[in-house]
Amino acid sequence: MKTVLYGIAILTLVFLVLPILIVVPLAFSASPYLEFPPAGFSLQWYARYFASPKWTGATVLSIQIALAATALALALGIPAAFGLVRRQFRGKSALLAFFMAPIIVPYIITAIAMYFMFARLGLLGTPLSLLLAHTLLAFPKVVVIVAAALKGFDRTLERASMSLGARPGITFLRVTYPGIRPAVTTAGLFAFLTSFDELILTMFIAGPTTVTLPKQMWDTVRLEIDPTIAAASSLLIAVAVFILVVTELLRRRVGVKVPIG
Amino acid sequence: MLPLVPALVFVTVFFVYPLLRMAALSFGAPDGPLGYYESILRNPVYATVLGLTFKTALVVTGLCVLLGVPTAYLLASVRGTTRTILLVAVVLPFLTSILIRTYAWMAILGRHGVVNQALLTTGLIEAPLPLMHNAFGVYVGMTHVLLPFLVLPVYSVMTGIDGRLLRAAASLGATPRRVLATVYVPLALPGIASGALLVFLIAIGFYITPALLGGPRQVMIANLIEVQVLELLNWGFGSALAFLLLGATVVVMVLFDRVLGLERLTV
Repeated sequence: MKTVLYGIAILTLVFLVLPILIVVPLAFSASPYLEFPPAGFSLQWYARYFASPKWTGATVLSIQIALAATALALALGIPAAFGLVRRQFRGKSALLAFFMAPIIVPYIITAIAMYFMFARLGLLGTPLSLLLAHTLLAFPKVVVIVAAALKGFDRTLERASMSLGARPGITFLRVTYPGIRPAVTTAGLFAFLTSFDELILTMFIAGPTTVTLPKQMWDTVRLEIDPTIAAASSLLIAVAVFILVVTELLRRRVGVKVPIG
Repeated sequence: MLPLVPALVFVTVFFVYPLLRMAALSFGAPDGPLGYYESILRNPVYATVLGLTFKTALVVTGLCVLLGVPTAYLLASVRGTTRTILLVAVVLPFLTSILIRTYAWMAILGRHGVVNQALLTTGLIEAPLPLMHNAFGVYVGMTHVLLPFLVLPVYSVMTGIDGRLLRAAASLGATPRRVLATVYVPLALPGIASGALLVFLIAIGFYITPALLGGPRQVMIANLIEVQVLELLNWGFGSALAFLLLGATVVVMVLFDRVLGLERLTV
């Protein structure tokens, strides 16, 4: 019985990593086609990626929007997490559900609802509309991560600080914030990744001058299997690996919880 | 309450309000408020797409449970570095965008993809197998994308199971199989149920993977909404379809909250 279960598990794990193990070598292929195993080693697809203003422009725009969305998501999410954990009121779980709704409702629904709204406001295709859309999807993750850290935070530390004469502001900066900083870092990374990878809302809202990296990949992938996408993909996988390593280190050191979704 | 205000305002203005406007659009058919909904019911194409969406979501959820529960079990049974390495195999795909993973499957399953090339070179087949632009491709791609959503909550519940209960059962004479069936699985069930509901919930609204790996007969409701809104500019009708999908989602979500609580959405 155990052998069967473990057998299925190992095959499943191979299945899970297989696509990533295939895409990364493809990006270094010397062949003009998608061939596996790749015929020879070359950086031609990276060269093409970095030489194309379409791809580099999309990458720069994606980074800019992701940074802005991260900042805005943290600004909205951290206070919300404090409010949810530290205040006592009725309907708390309903409020949590309300904050989580943007990442639970299928993205296609939010996408068309926002598309109609931004169309009416004449904001379709602007970086501002992308920033607002990405923030809506990033901030619930900030709330979940920071709230989980706050729940585990020992409040006697704050009382000790105040009993020793520190004002609430100082206590927050010197005691509370350092305690939840790993969670804030994790939250920021997840917010960044959420915006950086976002495609569905972007597909509806982006215009010809606001093509993000996923949008550029989407536009290319539907036309042809161009290995430049493999190069772009392996860069995005590198970002995922970076975030994985940082969050794993923070999780081990201080037990930061990460959201699903 | 003050710290909650900015987030409340943001979600209300950029999420609730647009959804309400969308609802209004869906009830604004020229032939009466329910016009769009009536035409969805009248045209068998939409019933087919809805049926296919639910069928696909069910099949994918089933596959995720079949493959994901043993995986979570293995993860929970090993320790130290082995566990870390195996967890990376689940979390890395989870952090990689759906578009990239779907693209990778296109490179693997395509006519000139990795699988077909390998089979052709070894002479096992003479013509490329149709592995994508059909239901098979959609199942493979969606199962791959959604597996971590099942494995992670199940793993998190399994690591919390008290090993003494299993030893107690064994010491009272239960066979390993019986311990698994009567002690371990019932204790892991809340995790399995929450993971499966989560997978189902995400699967019914899926867009990217069916669009790229499916064929003309694998149109899911999200793809239909996109065509109605962006290509046919049929805003009202697209809104009605979206509203139906939203209704289905809310039902699943309320069920999820009742049974397991929304705070289970972290590991």
